[in-house]
Amino acid sequence: MKLTALTLAGVFVAGAALANGVAPDEVTYGEYGAVEASLSGAEGNADKGREIFSTKSMGNCVSCHAVSALPDVPFQGEVGPMLDGVGGYRSAEELRGIVANAKMTFEGTVMPAFYKTSGFIRPGNGYTGKAAEGPIDPILSAQDVEDVVAFLMTLQD
Amino acid sequence: MMTAAAAMLALTAPMLAAGGADDDTLIINEDLEITTKAAAAPHLDGHLDEVISGWHFRDDDTQAMEMDDFDNPGMIFVDQGIDQWNAVEGSEEKSCASCHGDPEEMAGVKAVYPKWNEEAGEVRTLQMQMNDCRENRMGAEPWKYDAGAAINMEALLASVSRGMPVNVAIDGPAAEAWEMGKEMYYTRYGLLELSCASCHEQNYGNYIRADHLSQGQINGFPTYRLKNAKLNGAHGRFKGCIRDTRAETFSPGSPEFVALELYVASRGNGLDVEGPSVRN
Ligand code: HEC
Ligand code: HEC
Ligand code: HEC
Repeated sequence: MKLTALTLAGVFVAGAALANGVAPDEVTYGEYGAVEASLSGAEGNADKGREIFSTKSMGNCVSCHAVSALPDVPFQGEVGPMLDGVGGYRSAEELRGIVANAKMTFEGTVMPAFYKTSGFIRPGNGYTGKAAEGPIDPILSAQDVEDVVAFLMTLQD
Repeated sequence: MMTAAAAMLALTAPMLAAGGADDDTLIINEDLEITTKAAAAPHLDGHLDEVISGWHFRDDDTQAMEMDDFDNPGMIFVDQGIDQWNAVEGSEEKSCASCHGDPEEMAGVKAVYPKWNEEAGEVRTLQMQMNDCRENRMGAEPWKYDAGAAINMEALLASVSRGMPVNVAIDGPAAEAWEMGKEMYYTRYGLLELSCASCHEQNYGNYIRADHLSQGQINGFPTYRLKNAKLNGAHGRFKGCIRDTRAETFSPGSPEFVALELYVASRGNGLDVEGPSVRN
């Protein structure tokens, strides 16, 4: 429910910009998994990205990654690498590709694909345990991904 | 906004990381030593070297609760199981005790389940076997899978097998179900595309948010969880773990979960039965 509301809000705010956006199935990944242009056609908002990164019902990236720049977020996970400084050693294009579908950069990685809507095994309806109904929404909207990328770019050593 | 305590928490979280499985020893009632680490069975070659009980991944307070039957809330349900064991029910006017004697006569049974049943031509979990006795030998209603009475009885049968090594058979006629369970274990379900192995084989010892990932062993089932303050069955746990990958999950008692239980149980061959265990 929350996610839908968030996605709609994103569409509303992005407005005309979304006309330049790319649907999940149409994203073009480079040889090493990078994605060149903004998925929504608009710029990302780092503050929103920070919230998406830290909030369980959104990206929940902190369940697997620790970031020192988020000292108020308890229980940061360690399934993925610590992301301090990642905005320094990765480009925005690489980060966009990793957040949209990390499997294009790291083959077989346990990191979920956040901008993907097909090819799932037994997709569910949120965390209800029931089957998904109708077309599947990506976990994050195009604008959410851009916001997260903008936040990651702020992580400089 | 940020409190000093929260900051401390965040700073110390990565240090807890150093952990993994601890080196404590599980002795129940100062008497019964439980094997909680063992060399992995040959069928786990290339996957795991050592198998480790989920007990090693819990904090000291939770661990302590399992070390004394008076502190283990799961034992309350074992007592209820004993009442059920002796209760006459059904058209044949029999109790479990009428045919099986004392619950202690069942020592060792839990350790080899799920198990192939030749007459029925199927792999049976302990709960399926109990219900077979209820329906076909007692003329009583079957118990609901993984709920109240069934879990109490499973806890009783586990408790009399504590300290005996899990040793489920995976070959012969059980092989087909075992292969199916194995395939499920490595299937990346749901929108998060995570398999059991993603969390419990590749990442045990790591924190995923506040949870310290274990190997997802079931030698300790049924499990009393502090989180929901009741006994939980293995199928209930499987159901929750698959649901958490944002997937359409399976139902307790389904053929899929029977197969998965056989496979997961076999990953714990060599660990001792320790149910009813205590987890958070
Ligand atoms: C279930 C665990 C999990 C979740 C959730 C997760 N990641 Fe990851 N992430 C990983 C793992 C594991 C890797 C390491 C890649 C590999 O080699 O498999 C990784 C790698 C990365 C990298 C590359 C780091 C580098 O050093 O190049 C970035 C950036 C990243 N993740 C960002 C995110 C963001 C942003 C989110 C949330 C929108 C997220 N991750 C959610 C597990 C996760
Ligand atoms: C009328 C007799 C009878 C009653 C009553 C009965 N059982 Fe059984 N039970 C059997 C027989 C016969 C078998 C199969 C032979 C064996 O393994 O002992 C069996 C097998 C079992 C097994 C599997 C043992 C093994 O080694 O694989 C379990 C577990 C079991 N019963 C539990 C129960 C429970 C719990 C109850 C009561 C709710 C119960 N039984 C009531 C006769 C009975
Ligand atoms: C997203 C990560 C994740 C996935 C995928 C996952 N689990 Fe879990 N599982 C957990 C967490 C977290 C816990 C609680 C801490 C622990 O014991 O590992 C847990 C606990 C368990 C336990 C209880 C262990 C004990 O000692 O009480 C079992 C059994 C289990 N999982 C089995 C499975 C099986 C089987 C699958 C696949 C069908 C699976 N899990 C998939 C995260 C996961």
